[in-house]
Formats: sequence, C-alpha cells, structure tokens
Amino acid sequence: MLFEVDVEKKIGDFSLEVAFSLSGKKYGIFGPSGSGKSTLMHILAGLLKPDRGRIVLDGVPLFDSDRKIHLPPQQRRVGVVFQHSHLFPHMNVRRNLIYGWQRTPAVKRRITPEAIIEALNLEHLLERGVNRLSGGERQRVALGRTVLSCPRLILMDEPLTGLDQELKFQIIPYLRKVLEQFGIPLLFISHSLEEIRLMTDEVLVFEQGRIEQRLAVEDLARRHLVSGSRGYANLLNLTSPRPHGDLWSYQWGSSQLILAEPGGSGDNLFVLGAKDITLFKRHPVATSARNLLPCLVSDVFGDGNRMGVALDFKGSHLVSQIVPESVRELDIRKGVEVVAVIKASAFRRLY
Amino acid sequence: MSPQDIQAIVLSLKVATAGTLLSLPLGIATAYVLVFTRVPGRALLEGLVNLPLVLPPVVIGYLLLLLFGQSGALGPVLRFFDLRIIFTLKGAIIASAVVGFPLLVRSIRIGMEGIDEQYLQAARTLGAKWWDSMYTIILPLSGPAIVAGMTLMFARSLGEFGATIILAGNIPGVTQTIPLAIYEYTNTPGGDSMALSLCLVSMGLSFVVLLISEASARSFRKR
Repeated sequence: MLFEVDVEKKIGDFSLEVAFSLSGKKYGIFGPSGSGKSTLMHILAGLLKPDRGRIVLDGVPLFDSDRKIHLPPQQRRVGVVFQHSHLFPHMNVRRNLIYGWQRTPAVKRRITPEAIIEALNLEHLLERGVNRLSGGERQRVALGRTVLSCPRLILMDEPLTGLDQELKFQIIPYLRKVLEQFGIPLLFISHSLEEIRLMTDEVLVFEQGRIEQRLAVEDLARRHLVSGSRGYANLLNLTSPRPHGDLWSYQWGSSQLILAEPGGSGDNLFVLGAKDITLFKRHPVATSARNLLPCLVSDVFGDGNRMGVALDFKGSHLVSQIVPESVRELDIRKGVEVVAVIKASAFRRLY
Repeated sequence: MSPQDIQAIVLSLKVATAGTLLSLPLGIATAYVLVFTRVPGRALLEGLVNLPLVLPPVVIGYLLLLLFGQSGALGPVLRFFDLRIIFTLKGAIIASAVVGFPLLVRSIRIGMEGIDEQYLQAARTLGAKWWDSMYTIILPLSGPAIVAGMTLMFARSLGEFGATIILAGNIPGVTQTIPLAIYEYTNTPGGDSMALSLCLVSMGLSFVVLLISEASARSFRKR
C-alpha cells in the first residue's frame, strides 16, 4: 500500500493542514480530542471534502483539487469502523455483516463471510437483532462488516472508546487477528496511548490540526515516560503458562518469567509498569521477588526527575523507570550490566 | 341506511385511499428533498407544501378550480388529453390529496430527520449509492413515520369537505363523500337521524384508522 495525503480544510476557526505518506501496514493517529483526528478521518473516507490538496491511494487519486477529482465514499473502497459502531438498527447481525460485501464487485471479494464469522466468533449471534448485542459484540460486528467490504485500507476512529477496560482487551486480539489474517492496512485513530501501542507500529502525533511528529510507537511510549503522568508500561507477550508451585511460569522469548496470574493457551499479553522493575548493580543474594534478570543496559533516556533505562535480556527488551539519583549512584549507562528484579505479582494481564 | 349512504361511504374510502396512495411517492420524495438535500429553493418548496395546512379549504378548492377549470390555467392541457377534473371523482381525489399532503410530508419528514446521519455515512463507506441507501436505510427506518403520515392523511381525506365541494361538487354517486352527504342531510327537513347515522359511520371509520395506525407502530417497535 502507498497512501499519500496532502490536504487542507478550514471549518470555522479550526484549520486542518496535513501532509504525510504511508507505506506500511499499521499506523496510528494519536492526539487529544479536538485536535482534528476525526475531521481527517472524514476527509480520508470521502465524507468531507477538503478545500485543497490531494489524496492518492496506490496510485489512484481519491481527491485532487487541481484535477477536480472527488471520489464519493462508495467508490473509494476505504473502510471505516466508527466509534459508535453505527450498526443498522433495522437489520439483524447477518444482514449488517453482508451489507458491504453485497455491494462489493464479485471480482474484488477477497474475503468470505464464513471466514469473518469464524474469525470474529459471531456464529451464535447471526440472527440476533443488533439492539440486543453487548458493546463488545457490536464492535465485533462493525469490524466484520467493514472488513467484508474488502477495503484497500481500514480507518478506525476511536473504535474502543466507550468500552470498559475489560471489553477493550477482549476486542483488541480480534482486531489484530483479523487485520493480520486478511492483510488489510490500518489507520487507527485514538487518544489512548495504550490502544495505539497495542494496535499500531508507527504514529502520527496530531496537535491542533497539524502533524507534530511522526515516530515509532515505542519511541512515543518512551517519550511519555518522561513527559506523561502515567509512566511507561512494558507490554509482554507471554506464552505457554505452566504451574510453578503456587505460581505460573511463562515463556518469554527464549527465557522464563514467574508470574502470579494464570493465563490461557496461545498469546497472553501482560503489562508491567516500568516503575515495578527494580535495578541492582550486583545479583542480590536473597530477595522476595521471583524474577531476577541479568540485563545489559541498551539506552538511558529522559531528564528531569524521571529516567528510563532500556534493558536487553537475551534479546528481549524491557524499560525500567528510575530517578536520576539512582542512575548516578549505580553508574548506569549504556553497556553496563544490571540485574532487573521483578515481583511475580507486578504483572497485570490484559488478555 | 339508504343505497346513497352506502355509495357515499364507498366513495369516501375510494377517495381517501386513492388520494393517499397517489400522494405517497411524491410525499416521500418531497420529505427526502427537504431533509437530505441542500437544493436552492428549499424554503419555497417547504412553504408551498405547508400552505394547504393554513389556508381555508374553501380557498384551496377555489384555487384548484382556477387551475383545473375548463378556462383554467391547465384547461388547454386537460382538453388536449380529453380530461375532466371538475365535478368528477378525480376532482374529489385531487382536492383531498392537496389538503392532506402537508400532513403526510410533515410526518415523513419528522421520521427522516430522526435518522442518525451516521447510518447513511456508514452505508456509503460500505459502498451504497444514494438511491441504494434510500431503499435500504432511509425508507425502512422512517417506516413508522410513513405509516403515521399515511394514516393522518387518510383520516384527513375522509373528512375533507371545503375543497371537495368547490372542485368536485356534491353529486350523489359521483363525488358525494360522507361529509358532503351529512351536509345534504342537515339541509333536508327530517334528515337529522340520517345525518347522525353517517356521523357514527364516520367516527367508526376514523377509530379503525387510529387502531390500524397504533398496531403498525407497535409492530415496528417490536423489531
């Protein structure tokens, strides 16, 4: 995919002026509410006409003010998952799902309803009216409906906002799985750093209708360790939990971690606060913590009273957050060895 | 009840049914234009559609007479097609359609305005053209409002008097609907009891219309 955007739009006092080009798979648009993210989404989908500029998807101009091209939404083949699902209230789940599919030319149907119904686990809901679905089920149906229209690109506008934490993490694996399985590029709009980190690889940071920065999602998270109020969270994908006394042992890359929480088969995503990783200069002789990982410091970043220490443990990565005083006392710098100590109970399971 | 009364009842039903059904496509189209488009002259269209709501029916009847009469504005056209509107059933239908039309449009319009525009946006991003989303989203979602509008218009047509008597006259068996028949009875010595029985029929019909309207609204809600 190659998606080139260079547009301007003025609405009252607010002006949007963005230019970017995307070529990878999963991008995030991150910014506070009111920064123009949704306006941009409407422009890209063709629901709002920019004042000037051009939008080109894989060489096909969707909008070009010079050449007077403005493709209507139904001709763009750009899918949208809206914040409030917008399932058609007078249709059941099945009819909602196939609405876009029926309107896709047969030669462009790359995905079958059966595959989506299975991937999203919707079989038992097909005949149900959409008003009798839970919030999470609604978003799953909305996602399936959009994917079934076989779009060249999917825009998601805060699709998880309004769902509670637990539901959110039930949906995310579905989102990731479907996008991966059917190979559809994603532009994910959100004001939640957590969602952006879970869903995307690269981020455009939005501020008052402008793109402030463009960076890898990991860099954005590290930046928030320094400036944000909530610190940095390590996201760990752990597999094959096995009982380990009262605790559980998980596979993490090529090594093991001991956790208090049981998990399921397949992928388990855990969050571990950077503050919950204590660093020791030498191996502590006796400690109550269950995980002692000899690591190599790969980076020290940040200033002020919060610093991040990036750690490399047998090829896996962690970030620990400590105060500058500790950095000085322990003489932590790039290349030195430290022991990261983590309690078994410090991990919180997301899904 | 005399055969003439039965005729009046049948005629009333005929006029109201034909008027409502013939107005329906135009009513839906007008409501759609008023709600979903931004064509110039929308305010004028709106005024024109609503005018019969505030004008005395007699005035409407007279204006229609000026339009459809032999020497009226449309006279040459009607003569060309050999059509006669005044003092015919067609005239009665036209009169009641014009008078009831604003009620139909008003109701459908309220229904369409209640449709979240984002459903239409979703439909469009899923590949639906405007006429496609009209059939699959707008019409089904404004179904209750359309039924309500039809009911209102039907009931209004059953009671139409002023415009009808001017444009179509009061000819038993041709244009004499229930209200016109009642009017004739009240002008006839000793016609009170006949008038009263037609009044009861009129009330009964209106009540049945209301019941049907309620039942259809309930069935929409249940879905």
